[in-house]
Amino acid sequence: MTEPSPTIVLIGHGMVGQRYLEALAERGVTATHRITVLCEEPRPAYDRVHLTSYFSGSTPEDLSMTPAGFMEEHGISLHLDDPAEHIDREARTVTSRSGQVFPYDVLVLATGSYPFVPPVPGKDAPGCFVYRTIEDLLAIEEYAKDKTTGAVVGGGLLGLEAAGALQGLGLASRIVEFAPRLMPVQVDEGGGAALLRTIESMGLTVHTGVGTQEVVTGEDGRVSGMRLSDGSVVATDLVVFSAGVRPRDQLARDAGLDVGERGGIAVDAHCRTSDPHVYAIGECALAVDGRVYGLVAPGYEMAETAAEDLLGREKEFTGADLSTKLKLLGVDVASFGDAHGNTPGSLDVVWSDSRSGIYKKLVVSPDGVLLGGVLVGDADAYGLLRPLTGSVPPVAPEQLVLPAGVGAPVALGPSALPDTAVICSCHNVTKKAITACSTLPEVKKCTKAGTGCGSCIKVIGQLLPAAADKGLCGCFPYTRAELYEIVRTRRLTSYERILDGHGRPEARGGDGCEVCKPAVGSIIASLAATLGASGYVLDGEQAALQDTNDHFLANMQRNGSYSVVPRIPGGEITPDKLIVIGEVARDFGLYTKITGGQRIDLFGASVDQLPRIWARLVDAGFESGHAYGKALRTVKSCVGQTWCRYGVQDSVRMAIDLELRYRGLRAPHKLKSAVSGCARECAEAQSKDFGVIATASGWNLYVGGNGGATPRHADLLAQDLSDAELIRLIDRFLMFYIRTADRLERTSTWLERLEGGLDHLRDVVVHDSLGLCAELESLMADHVAHYRDEWAETLQDPERLRRFVSFVNAPGAPDPTVKFVPERDQVKPDLAVLTIGGSVR
Amino acid sequence: MTVELQVAQGWLTVCELSALVPGRGVAALLPDGSQAAVFVDRAGRAYAIGNQDPFTGAHVLSRGLVGAAAGRPFVASPLLKQRFDLETGRCLDDEEVAVRTYPVRTAATS
Repeated sequence: MTEPSPTIVLIGHGMVGQRYLEALAERGVTATHRITVLCEEPRPAYDRVHLTSYFSGSTPEDLSMTPAGFMEEHGISLHLDDPAEHIDREARTVTSRSGQVFPYDVLVLATGSYPFVPPVPGKDAPGCFVYRTIEDLLAIEEYAKDKTTGAVVGGGLLGLEAAGALQGLGLASRIVEFAPRLMPVQVDEGGGAALLRTIESMGLTVHTGVGTQEVVTGEDGRVSGMRLSDGSVVATDLVVFSAGVRPRDQLARDAGLDVGERGGIAVDAHCRTSDPHVYAIGECALAVDGRVYGLVAPGYEMAETAAEDLLGREKEFTGADLSTKLKLLGVDVASFGDAHGNTPGSLDVVWSDSRSGIYKKLVVSPDGVLLGGVLVGDADAYGLLRPLTGSVPPVAPEQLVLPAGVGAPVALGPSALPDTAVICSCHNVTKKAITACSTLPEVKKCTKAGTGCGSCIKVIGQLLPAAADKGLCGCFPYTRAELYEIVRTRRLTSYERILDGHGRPEARGGDGCEVCKPAVGSIIASLAATLGASGYVLDGEQAALQDTNDHFLANMQRNGSYSVVPRIPGGEITPDKLIVIGEVARDFGLYTKITGGQRIDLFGASVDQLPRIWARLVDAGFESGHAYGKALRTVKSCVGQTWCRYGVQDSVRMAIDLELRYRGLRAPHKLKSAVSGCARECAEAQSKDFGVIATASGWNLYVGGNGGATPRHADLLAQDLSDAELIRLIDRFLMFYIRTADRLERTSTWLERLEGGLDHLRDVVVHDSLGLCAELESLMADHVAHYRDEWAETLQDPERLRRFVSFVNAPGAPDPTVKFVPERDQVKPDLAVLTIGGSVR
Repeated sequence: MTVELQVAQGWLTVCELSALVPGRGVAALLPDGSQAAVFVDRAGRAYAIGNQDPFTGAHVLSRGLVGAAAGRPFVASPLLKQRFDLETGRCLDDEEVAVRTYPVRTAATS
């Protein structure tokens, strides 16, 4: 008999709850314990910190913090929409609202907090909201549809977030803050004043030093205004209470656990409550220093502490740094360390510029130790200053707050930080751990640094070794993107001229190399229509630049034979065309296989067979599928609205339109796409470079997805687009990628690398922040207008056909080493032939 | 001008020099049934090495791209991209591997 596995019950699946589960999984606890999670909300953990981004286009799915398949992979049983209602500590059971009883060996409370609503008359009237969950947000969005004004009670961090959300919904908004300044906890008077000016300049009305006395309702019982403590009455259609949060400790109180006088479940340094079988972590817990922490970083720290303690390992949580950096209503705000100068004898160094809304204050000790600070309007220095807190900065503090160009230049970089400086405070990662890595993705993977709030990413970038030479190869000192610009602006269409004019001195006049030749060939091909060059990749000098696959317009396989892929747009094909493919394969003895991209690959063609095979295919109406090129491959589709009972758009038609539009487009790497006819996503569009998913009112466009060795889910770029809007946006996206990506860089890695990421991409291709869109669209229009089928062109030109021979001195003689043997009623390469005549490794 | 290769039987005419594209190669079938890869560089100089890629066994080196490293010409295999010095046949990415080379000359067409 085996012992039953010990059971952990986690109450609450917010950000901290999920972090706790991940901490258990990382430590292998999920393999040895049964884990049950009770969650009040109808959806698994999501990013509450970035809730407001819902109003700038993020979907609830984008906000999810729970990796797909995580629960299944670790055998965790997650009960959504079923909160815990009762804890029986003697029997060690938890009863949920649905009446289920869950026994536990270890109980973890991660119940979070609830919004505090001041007890004013009218607070429960229709039109009053709180701002805490996605459901709150959806309710506000729904109610605000036919409204014009809104008010937020509370000018703290969440209040400003909520005000931003109301403004995003198009409401004329006001903020009512009881304290004499905005964000009273984080910033001082000067910072609050800078913040106030900037926020008022955005059209929001701010009342400070005023309380809310009553929510006024109209005849219909709905919110119509607010009476303030200064006697005034302001009109508003809805009120959002955002006046702070309180720990959710009722469940613990009812169970007789110790709670603090002002709330919070009392825990020791190991996050254990007064019952050794029960832990409390996150915003519901009252830490040993007597504080309740409402930030996510201390919550994560507690999750780690509780997980370590479960394994009997020593880790303590005794308090946390309240440093924070946020972008509220577009304004950077940061505070760290002793922001208010509470340390006896501390001194301030302040830079304040009301014209530009910038306020920076550093708190230092008399002997020069940096104790803390406040940054409003420009918080770039935060990533550097926070780790320096507690030490004497290597340059004078005033230099650290002066803007660039004023006074002496700042000579301080992250290299000045000590090895022990904590760079990522969300995951407590030191400079030393970061400098052990060499790339940002490696840092994120190995240390988790930069995956929390993200404020440290800039500093991480500065700490990593700068690639000494970003040149494409030994021939060029330029990146692919730089070469693209050189080719485009100087209208160069000759590799030799590019090499001789722009190559490294030692490479000029030489033969180039196998890295830059195809890269330059691809750039010239991408721009061919615009430059007036031949778009035909086999012409003239370009012939010498292409990899063998482009040279023979087919894919070389392991024995030197080639495979052939005709284009089948959208995966739609007539029976007659299917028969032709079958006949060609049969007549030439080719192995056939259905590809992942909804087309048919024919393997085992010799060089001299290629033109004859293609003559038959072109004759039947096929054209090149560009399977051999760094170009658009296929646009997969599901069958869509035409046949499927779930479909909401004609996905096949859209896939065909897209495939025909972008066929032949040369890019830094291959491009894959798909179109799904409904949210069930049968075409797997979210794993493509650009994927399209139908909605009831149009199309959603996802970009930067990838399958392969490093899968990446595509990011939602824009929603509910019309056909024309969709195509225009893809035109811009593809041309911006072609223009700026590195050699052999797929859209997924490009998007990860792109400074500013998805937001920047959206700025450029949706909001035209660089003023490039017209040009990008015109480049694509040139491509579309000049597209010709490479195989049809090749077949028409005897000169071009000359290369399709196995031996220059014996045209017509087949290569005797390209042989096949039977397997499963088809053929496969005869590898034994290849071991003859040489010492094969 | 023709391109000629020295094999056991003497100088073998392979093709017209004008049939070669600088930076690319062609394959030639030799009297003993083996294969050579023949290239011409940008300066018009011809080279010939064995056509079989020792890493895969496939006879494909003639279909690789020609480049230069430290002033010396090479071809990169089209399969797994190992580079071979066109003058010595040595693999630049694995010093234990080499392919054979053939003396090559260009001769006025008679």
